[in-house]
Amino acid sequence: MHFPNDPETLSRILTGLTLGFHIIYATVGVGVPLMIALAEWMGIRRKDSHYILLARRWARGFVITVAVGVVTGTAIGFMLSLLWPSFMQIAGQAIALPLFMETFAFFFEAIFLGIYLYTWDRFKKQTTHFLLVIPVVIGSSASAFFITTVNAFMNTPQGFTLKDNRITDINPLKAMFNPATPTEVSHVLTSSYMTSAYILAAIAAFSLLRRKDHVYYKKALKLTMVAALVFSFATAAVGDLSGKFLAKYQPEKLAAAEWHFETKAYAPLVIGGFLDKNNEIRFGLKIPYALSILAHDKPSGVVKGLNDYPVDERPPLFVHYLFDGMVSIGVFLIIIAVLYNLAFIWRKWSPYNRLLLRGILWGGPLAMLAIECGWIYAEIGRQPWILRGYMKTSQGATTSDHVGLILIVFASLYVVLGFTSVKILRKLFRNHPAEEELAHLEANAGKEVRL
Amino acid sequence: MTYQLLGITVLWIFLFGYMIVASIDFGAGFFSYYSTLTGKKSLIHGVIERYLSPVWEVTNVFLVFFMVGIVGFFPDSAYYLGTSLLLPGSFAIVLLAIRGSYYAFSNYGSKDNKFYLFLYGASGLLIPASLSTVLTISEGGFIEVTGGKVKLLYGTLFTSPYSWAVVLLALVSVLYISATFLTYYAAKAKDLSALTVLRKYALAWSMPTIFASLLVFFAIQKHNPEHFQSMLDYSWMFVLSLLCFIGAFYLIWRERSYGWAFLLVMIQFALAFFGYGVSHLPSIIYPYIHLYDNFTNRTMALYLIGAFLAGLLLLIPSIYLIMRLFLFNASYVEGTKPKKG
Ligand code: HDD
Ligand code: HEM
Ligand code: HEM
Repeated sequence: MHFPNDPETLSRILTGLTLGFHIIYATVGVGVPLMIALAEWMGIRRKDSHYILLARRWARGFVITVAVGVVTGTAIGFMLSLLWPSFMQIAGQAIALPLFMETFAFFFEAIFLGIYLYTWDRFKKQTTHFLLVIPVVIGSSASAFFITTVNAFMNTPQGFTLKDNRITDINPLKAMFNPATPTEVSHVLTSSYMTSAYILAAIAAFSLLRRKDHVYYKKALKLTMVAALVFSFATAAVGDLSGKFLAKYQPEKLAAAEWHFETKAYAPLVIGGFLDKNNEIRFGLKIPYALSILAHDKPSGVVKGLNDYPVDERPPLFVHYLFDGMVSIGVFLIIIAVLYNLAFIWRKWSPYNRLLLRGILWGGPLAMLAIECGWIYAEIGRQPWILRGYMKTSQGATTSDHVGLILIVFASLYVVLGFTSVKILRKLFRNHPAEEELAHLEANAGKEVRL
Repeated sequence: MTYQLLGITVLWIFLFGYMIVASIDFGAGFFSYYSTLTGKKSLIHGVIERYLSPVWEVTNVFLVFFMVGIVGFFPDSAYYLGTSLLLPGSFAIVLLAIRGSYYAFSNYGSKDNKFYLFLYGASGLLIPASLSTVLTISEGGFIEVTGGKVKLLYGTLFTSPYSWAVVLLALVSVLYISATFLTYYAAKAKDLSALTVLRKYALAWSMPTIFASLLVFFAIQKHNPEHFQSMLDYSWMFVLSLLCFIGAFYLIWRERSYGWAFLLVMIQFALAFFGYGVSHLPSIIYPYIHLYDNFTNRTMALYLIGAFLAGLLLLIPSIYLIMRLFLFNASYVEGTKPKKG
């Protein structure tokens, strides 16, 4: 096999690899602070030390994931300049503002996270400590907001005029609040919250499956699965809006995801299948009118097809599977969340049914997989453009000859970081089992306990 | 003040901030490791850990800020620095990554793993060395542009006395800044045994610092005489810097006012750093990036400066809070308050 070794291809692989790795930790970084805040708040409101312990244990694990999030994020920050210097040269003029503001969000988050972690027992009132987590939630969601506007700008650039490689008439706010921003930002935020809720739910489900049935785990499961229900619906609703956004502003991306070649109304949505030599769809499951509905809310909506675009401006067609993967997982996650919550309300069915618990256990990793599918779809679906309509990816890349070496170095780094972070997390919780801390809590029950 | 000057001043202040906080961090890692080798670990490890634990992420953000800021204010520098620094830059990132994560790992996960501590200590010296290449390159003579392709001349870089002088200065400054800060912190913590050890480190690294700075002066005179001439125009800053050094040295030597001593050290480095910076202007990367020619557009500059001011309003109170809770809180510093959750 011929391994590509031109700087452009290698840069693309390295960028995709780094972002794909970062996003795992970043998603947790955006969502988990919210869950910690919810748990601590519940603990204070209900005067229930189980929830406080939950917040405390989540926070302890969170430190490890933040560490990896921070170092990989720093790597991307450098890498954007190192691998895409020409792109940054142009984009820097128009979209530097949110990148710059993102660092303030990091500062804000970092400072309060430092304080939060080290002050569990320092204040007379637990509420004071709870207040410290609010800036962490705001900071991490704000950084997701800012960085996503940059990515939205790459999808629908605006707020500048480009002539002979010179940028004029710059409007930073217009660049930041481009047409892709509303849907992309809200989809990224809701999916991060949902994924984090599912991951924490999966951990609780795992303990329950192991027949550790302390009420502590049940409370954890309840809290996370209610959040998962809310955010899984929100994610799907916003995802639907993203589809409409694409139909209007980036129709080629939607068309590539759906193997939709001819512009037409009453377009069907295709699930699975494969393309034969003549670009005919084989074995795909066709849902009549669904694509038109996704794109325009009505069966008669006209959906633009790929044939309207020159061949060299069409995204790769394999993104179809990524889109399908994301949407199917989204549907699965909604079903599981609904089942659990229904069981809880009706009480006919046990919410701790082992099959259901197993579904929740799978939900965590699957949600993360959906995040990966979604991002890779969004990024590869933009190809061949790095700045849609303005700059091709090939024009943005570095010309340096060393990218191959660096790719190997970073790939090894991520492998090592990935393995060690998992190892450390397991060790952390194995050395301090919840039972031990719970026993400690119960021994002190009745006395003045401060957690 | 022009926008350009304001922009570069903001960036330079953050780079200075990074230099100080990162030096404390890097040096502390080294001392931590060194102290386990010499069996003095129990003496100083506690002090180091108590200070570093809550702030390591904040330190990192300073660097990210500088990097994002320079691309924002001087988009062309992304092109030159980005292409030429691919190798040393990646090297620094990998080291930073190893350091940051393993710090958290060893601190929260497996206590007292010798290998983690070694990584942590060694990277503390290698990172400043590789980051300092940026300053070296900015002096000119290390980049070649042929047919639109930017190339870093490794041969020249590795054989230049100037670049080695800078590396040396970076290393000893890290150890010196760190030792003086930790001396102060140990004194605040009333940890006398740690104080004795750290004070010795501070004194030991003071002379090499001055020696290395002199080396850099000589080397720059050879390498970039133009810059050296304009440094002479600001010689008052360097003289004042030396006076601060002497003051700090005196205080530490007489075992007095370690807080003031550390403040003097910061002023010493600030004067030298800003003296170096202002004499470097108007060129930013000699001779390619120029303060006035390669600045971003006015609109973006205005927005960036606006965002910066708004950001400061948010940051200054938060930084004050973290300092009050961890740096100036006697019972935390002395270790009588429980630590992490
Ligand atoms: C757990 C994660 C998750 C789940 C269940 C879904 N998505 Fe998603 N999706 C993402 C996570 C995600 C993402 C990773 O956050 C992306 C990548 C870029 C972005 O804006 O969000 C994304 C992108 C993305 C895009 C492309 C937007 C663009 O390129 O600008 C569309 C059209 C959808 N999604 C639509 C949906 C629909 C109709 C779903 C129905 C259930 C859905 N997503 C579920
Ligand atoms: C964190 C989630 C993200 C993931 C998983 C991701 C994934 C990817 C992948 C797979 C590629 C390679 C595409 C190809 O070349 O075919 C890519 C390219 C790229 N991404 Fe993203 N991306 C993410 C977010 C972002 C964001 C927020 C930005 C903007 C600030 C961004 C900027 C870029 C750039 C500049 C490239 C290279 C140019 C290009 O291929 O279009 N990415 N990304
Ligand atoms: C090109 C894209 C990206 C760049 C350049 C980038 C940059 C960074 C940087 C520099 C950091 C470290 C900050 C520090 O030192 O504290 C970081 C961390 C983080 N990033 Fe990214 N990032 C990107 C994509 C994303 C995306 C798409 C998200 C969210 C959906 C995200 C969310 C976060 C969060 C929450 C953190 C904090 C660390 C954590 O809590 O895990 N990032 N990122």
